[in-house]
Amino acid sequence: MTELAQTLSPAPVAGVDFASGAARARLKKRYRSEARFKALGLAAVLVTAAFLVLLLADIIRKGAPAFFEHRAQLSITLDPATIDPKGTREISELRSADYQILVRAALIAQFPEASDRRSRRELDRVLSSGAVDDLRSAVIADPSIIGQTRSMPLLLSADADLFMRQKSRLIERRKGAGPLHVEGEGANISIAGGGNVFAVALAEMKTLLAARIRAATAELAGLQAGGTSATVDAKRAELEKDIAALQARAAAATSPETLTDREPSLIVAIGGGLLKITEIGSSEAKAVTLVPPKPGAIITEWSLLKITTPESNRRVSDRVAAWVETLSARGLIENGFAWRFFTNGDSREPELAGIRGALIGSALTLLVTLLLCVPIGVAAAIYLEEFAPKNRLTDILEVNINNLAAVPSIVFGLLGLAVFLNAFDLPRSAPLVGGLVLALLILPTIIIASRAALRAVPPSIKEAALGLGASHQQAVFHHVLPLAMPGIMTGTIIGMAHALGETAPLLMIGMVAFIVDIPQAITEAATVLPVQIFLWSDLPELAFQSRTAAAIIVLLGFLLVMNAAAVILRKMFERRW
Amino acid sequence: MQNLALETVAPVVESVPVPKITAKDVNVHYGEKHAIKDVSVDIPAKGVMSFIGPSGCGKSTFLRCINRMNDTIPICRVTGDLRIDGRDIYEPGLDPVLLRARVGMVFQKPNPFPKSIYENVAYGPRLHGLASNKVEMDELVEWALRRAGLFEEVKDRLKDSGTSLSGGQQQRLCIARAISVRPEVILMDEPCSALDPIATAKIEELIDELRANFTIVIVTHSMQQAARVSQRTAFFHLGKVIEEGVTDQIFMNPRHELTRNYITGRFG
Ligand SMILES: Nc1ncnc2c1ncn2[C@@H]1O[C@H](COP(=O)(O)OP(=O)(O)OP(=O)(O)O)[C@@H](O)[C@H]1O
Ligand SMILES: [Mg+2]
Repeated sequence: MTELAQTLSPAPVAGVDFASGAARARLKKRYRSEARFKALGLAAVLVTAAFLVLLLADIIRKGAPAFFEHRAQLSITLDPATIDPKGTREISELRSADYQILVRAALIAQFPEASDRRSRRELDRVLSSGAVDDLRSAVIADPSIIGQTRSMPLLLSADADLFMRQKSRLIERRKGAGPLHVEGEGANISIAGGGNVFAVALAEMKTLLAARIRAATAELAGLQAGGTSATVDAKRAELEKDIAALQARAAAATSPETLTDREPSLIVAIGGGLLKITEIGSSEAKAVTLVPPKPGAIITEWSLLKITTPESNRRVSDRVAAWVETLSARGLIENGFAWRFFTNGDSREPELAGIRGALIGSALTLLVTLLLCVPIGVAAAIYLEEFAPKNRLTDILEVNINNLAAVPSIVFGLLGLAVFLNAFDLPRSAPLVGGLVLALLILPTIIIASRAALRAVPPSIKEAALGLGASHQQAVFHHVLPLAMPGIMTGTIIGMAHALGETAPLLMIGMVAFIVDIPQAITEAATVLPVQIFLWSDLPELAFQSRTAAAIIVLLGFLLVMNAAAVILRKMFERRW
Repeated sequence: MQNLALETVAPVVESVPVPKITAKDVNVHYGEKHAIKDVSVDIPAKGVMSFIGPSGCGKSTFLRCINRMNDTIPICRVTGDLRIDGRDIYEPGLDPVLLRARVGMVFQKPNPFPKSIYENVAYGPRLHGLASNKVEMDELVEWALRRAGLFEEVKDRLKDSGTSLSGGQQQRLCIARAISVRPEVILMDEPCSALDPIATAKIEELIDELRANFTIVIVTHSMQQAARVSQRTAFFHLGKVIEEGVTDQIFMNPRHELTRNYITGRFG
């Protein structure tokens, strides 16, 4: 009867007086703390979002160029004498023919003056070796085109491609004023123009001398501190002489300057030709021909191009640049989507390197992982959650599974190396082993997610089934498991996404090799997308840097799709009970 | 007053004409906790018996002993003698799964499967192979839904999810589901506690109809409900059956002071 008594006795504390000052102060404090928390939360979200946007923007900016490539649309004569001299049209003949000759001939048709040996060698740097392969594939695919002359897109080399991309940044173009008289040909061109046409360019060259003087002076100062000896003295004398000479050149505002590959290149574009200046005065210049101008061109229409990066500091020579520029001026260069980025395997040539091999490698690896993980993970989860007796052993098991999820992934790689490669003698670098290792890696994730999903099913559903005379197993498989399935699938997809992005353990089992061929089976050597990214990120070429970013974009795209699928699944199968 | 329960004489157990279920000296422990203490009750066939008593006194626990639902709780230990039709339901050779097909259960909170209404009812018969073809199954489902007084309301939407029904409809669906396997006994644990008075009235009506064919045991917190639907009542207190007998007698003329206090609402 104490309960009754309690309800009648007065409450031990008085009620709250909401009008009192203390209560008001409490209220104010609560409002303040709520506002503070809101502001902090918002700030946290904004900071995170800002970093994410920054990261994505940077990757997209870097990676976008890799999805596009420049191609020269050249007319190629598919000379039967070169491709198939015997006329058998056999694939092996067609395959072994020298298509390089044809590609070169197509370029020489554009630049007839470049037919000597040295020029030919340089001409080869305009186009990628992939252009030759493309031509070969085209001929093998359709031998009937042999003998025809057709216009074909030929991939530019990575250097030429980079030049096309950076052209607007690299080249300063100044419209020329007044007529120019060009005389001579080949390497001996003299250009004369009235009225100090080159004065501005010359002045710019002179200002560059100041920097050289500064550098030499600093070097001299360094030598002076270094004490005296015969060699140092000689060096010093030489430097002093240099400085004096440079100062004299800088002072003489109108004296001509000789240009070397350590200065920016000056090129006169006139009459469709390009002349590289070797010595510049204020109204005259000496030059060599890069691309010969058309005879009888209008001599008042010219411009002066300055490639700001000195020739010695860039990968593309003035001559190659001139050829590419001329092709571009002739409207022969197109910029198109680089499908080969998705259809090619890895390559040493950045413009040819693609992610197909890595994508297939990833797909095969994930397939192995999926086939292992889902049955094992779900079975383990069901057993542990529904059937396992609750005792010390299962407790230990549970703790260990949870711990396993926190083990650094490289440890799984070492395990894979020791067990799968060394003990079981499975093939190195194979998606089979990669899949096994990744399966071990994400198994805890899947088990934990599946158990959570199973636990989230209300016990009343299971009780209803049991109450109807279903056995425990029937209740689980008929009712609990289907209801847990969305959660299990979500966990699995998230686990798979984790596996897709995993790199470290795969390095340990040798999936890091340079592999050109597209893998066809789970036992063949392969690489995977994140490892491909890792490999490319190590290479110095700019084109590989942008391919790295592009591959990251693709990887992020896949991860996004997988995570979206997980969310959609969850939404789709969300049930009310 | 606090010690009243301990001072009382053992509850009177009258003999029931045809007992369906007989319990003798049943004890239940949840680990250390002694939840049911020496309970002996006879439950008559074809009738309704209600269990009343304050919260936590062990009504649900005892109810769940009758279909061995307590087996699913690892720490729960049941001792004593519990028989249905004279057969010990805790004897080692007996499969609790088969027992539960004979002793159906309706829970406090409606718990339809998140499947169609039809599937909800058809699940049990399918499990036990009660219908050999689609026509038979359709008939059986209709029969069960009719008996549960739900058929007219849902006949056009059998494909809809069972969870899309109202609370009262869901509870009747659960009853339909329970009777679909034609059990002999139906255990109901506070079947109306989540329902409004109209839905409650419907269920009570239903219980009254079902009693012709089934033995029904119902746990309830509503004295009126116990008085309305049951012929016999057992009053539980702190794990013991304090008083047990014909409902009218328990409510009109309780022999024990605790019972009187409880049914007059003076505690509990
Ligand atoms: N699964 C369990 N584990 C441990 N103790 C339990 C468990 N279920 C019930 N108990 C205990 O057994 C006693 C009886 O519980 P029971 O659920 O049978 O009470 P009840 O009479 O049904 O109460 P109510 O009317 O509130 O539903 C309570 O003291 C409760 O704490
Ligand atoms: Mg209860």
